[in-house]
Amino acid sequence: MADEQKLFKVTIDNITVEVAPGTTILNAARLIGGDIVPPAMCYYSKLQGSGGKCRTCLVKVTKGSEADPRPMPKLVASCRTTVMDGMEVANITSPEVVDARKSIVEFLLINHPLDCPVCDQAGECHLQDLSYEHGVSATRYEFKRRTFDKVDLGDHIKLHMTRCILCYRCVFTADQLTDKREHGILGRGDHSEISTYIEQNLDNDFIGNVIDVCPVGALTDKTFRFKNRVWFLKPVDAHRDCENPKCCGKTVLWMRGDEVFRVTARKDQYGEVEAYICDTCRFEKKETSDWVIEGPRKINRHSVISQGHYVGMVKPQETIVKVMDGRAPKLLMDIHRVSEVNRPEIDLSKIEGPAHSDDFKINGVHPQ
Amino acid sequence: MGRKLLLDKAHIPGIRYYDTYKGNGGYAAAEKALKGMTPDQVLDEVKKSGLRGRGGAGFPTGMKWSFIAKPEGVPRYLVCNADESEPGTFKDRYLMEFIPHALIEGLIISSYTLGANTCYIYIRGEYAWIPEILEEAIADAKKNGWLGKNILGSGFDLEIYVQRGAGAYICGEETALIESLEGKRGNPRIKPPFPAVKGLWQSPTVVNNVETLAAVVPILNIGGEEYAKIGIGKSTGTKLISACGNINKPGVYEIEMNISVEEFIYSEEYCGGIPNGKRLKACIPGGSSVPILPANLLFKTAKGETRMMTYESLADGGFLTGTAMGSGGFIVLDEDQCIVKNTLTFARFYRHESCGQCSPCREGTGWMEKLLKNIDSGRGKMSDIDLLWDIQRKIEGNTICPLGDAAAWPVAAAIRHFRDEFEWHITHPEEAQARNYGLAHYADPREIAVPA
Repeated sequence: MADEQKLFKVTIDNITVEVAPGTTILNAARLIGGDIVPPAMCYYSKLQGSGGKCRTCLVKVTKGSEADPRPMPKLVASCRTTVMDGMEVANITSPEVVDARKSIVEFLLINHPLDCPVCDQAGECHLQDLSYEHGVSATRYEFKRRTFDKVDLGDHIKLHMTRCILCYRCVFTADQLTDKREHGILGRGDHSEISTYIEQNLDNDFIGNVIDVCPVGALTDKTFRFKNRVWFLKPVDAHRDCENPKCCGKTVLWMRGDEVFRVTARKDQYGEVEAYICDTCRFEKKETSDWVIEGPRKINRHSVISQGHYVGMVKPQETIVKVMDGRAPKLLMDIHRVSEVNRPEIDLSKIEGPAHSDDFKINGVHPQ
Repeated sequence: MGRKLLLDKAHIPGIRYYDTYKGNGGYAAAEKALKGMTPDQVLDEVKKSGLRGRGGAGFPTGMKWSFIAKPEGVPRYLVCNADESEPGTFKDRYLMEFIPHALIEGLIISSYTLGANTCYIYIRGEYAWIPEILEEAIADAKKNGWLGKNILGSGFDLEIYVQRGAGAYICGEETALIESLEGKRGNPRIKPPFPAVKGLWQSPTVVNNVETLAAVVPILNIGGEEYAKIGIGKSTGTKLISACGNINKPGVYEIEMNISVEEFIYSEEYCGGIPNGKRLKACIPGGSSVPILPANLLFKTAKGETRMMTYESLADGGFLTGTAMGSGGFIVLDEDQCIVKNTLTFARFYRHESCGQCSPCREGTGWMEKLLKNIDSGRGKMSDIDLLWDIQRKIEGNTICPLGDAAAWPVAAAIRHFRDEFEWHITHPEEAQARNYGLAHYADPREIAVPA
């Protein structure tokens, strides 16, 4: 029978797993899970043709297969190499692989601006995670880093090429998810850049997904830029009946109090979206009333976000009123009288672009 | 005089044109193949000849052809790689410019062998004047019944198209070439699948160098066994070498692969020695990607044997003391040349030509160029040499395509053999701006390693 397919036995770091023929080494490792899963910066299981470029997932094949036990001469990209029956792979057990991965991280970082303190991706950045896990603490690169001007790709997306690691994920997304191809790579080598043809706007229903697939802070959501650090926000699962038939309507709202700061697709433990969402859901539905909230979302991948995942949180009881026999405490100073940027009626999430002191003016003048 | 198989008629006036080519025995091999031989018989001759790819890797052509998948109802393609962009290599240009019909005839025979009905010549953009020559030759061949439907009544159809590249070195890598031919960005594909299974438009494809395909013609004319008698061991037949640098007679030479490197450089028949009585310092025998060798390793291998112009002998000693035949771009450096500057030139080239797809090559090539620039301009540090070594080691083998390796090897070999010169540039920054390091000890006889 056709469905009684013979499974291939593959051993990764001495753990054996049986997988269907045609599975890649990376996906076999993901079946095992844990530390032996090679990191992947460019591979994205939902994007056809992705992978093989960043070289962070390099592994050593110590035994080709049962039939041909010769080891492979070079390290191979696990995301694009399919398993053979009896294959043996060394990932973290091979010093050669660990060394190569370290050097790849170094290569990725020599021209990266390392502007994490002002980058919106910080806290959920794959490159940050990768450098923590595999990088070194100092750089040997003593030259000027490559920079590009920031570009607006339409009303909602900001492209900051300086941070880009050229994983091509957004190119594949634009190719495969949206109706017409609008952006790609210009130039070649270390001066190649993601771009649209003559800085054309990216404008169609699903282009916002390029923000979600971007592993670094090169493509960011302009409705969220500089509004908040992701780890101060509370991710909650939510859904709505989206009019767009291709949109699943299942999202994560990133909230503070009742304010919805941003909307993203739901991502799994490898940072890949579970299903794509449309731009209306992502950029325009920023009210809690637009959504049916399901409950807090657990973020596995990024430790800083998990720090505040609000599950089972117990608020300490307010005791002041009790000890003061029911009287409210008298405020000695009202912060809103002295600070012009602290008007409580202004929702940070609603401000167009980064907050500026002008946003807090009343009729053009700062309140005194 | 060495035997000439490819360039034997190169000096006949008008050999570029169909009538002269035909009148001098041209298209005899094509006629022989199409009228009297089955594709398998031709393949057998090519296998017997021991012909190896002339584009750089030296893979046996017959074997490559036998790998092509033959699924029913799927077209097969032959692609001629004329994207000759390696610094130092200009042999294919000569062949295409002066004897275009030799290539066309080779393409007809090869396509017949592979069962390909469409053949593309992918030519580098900078060879702006050659497509016209090729297209004229194709038109003439077609007019005379060598192309089109049912050629010579054999039932075999073939069309040849010339496609110009846009001037990217990377498009000489076979999968990048295929991408470019399909009208896409010339990024190398990740292998497997190999082109023999899924190449051009996802169909089985063979990509061969111009010289390889042209060499099929003499193989059929004289027979595979006769061809295999020329040369030494597994380096059979003749090879075009484009010689340049500090020699008296730069140019394209056809050699039998049985002469020594010393003879090639100093004999009057070939390079004619080094001008102005200068001494030889180093040589890059196969185009910029192959390791550079100092004079004392060039004529004799580390084992003390004479180094011959063959695939095996040039590679003798591996990366430690050997080099490679590569694509036959023979660059000679005399005592006045600076190895640091030369390495910088190559590093700049590879930085500029990296496609930028995978990280080690994209970032590493630029880093190496910057470090070399510092050393060359007298701003280098001693630690830069070790850093360079470390970077090249980390690029090599970790990239999608061989461009990463090709960028790493020249740097590695230069540091391995000429480390003193790099150090001198760092310890004498001002002097290094004013004069070259010179020959130093690079031509001194080496102690011959005794096998343990």
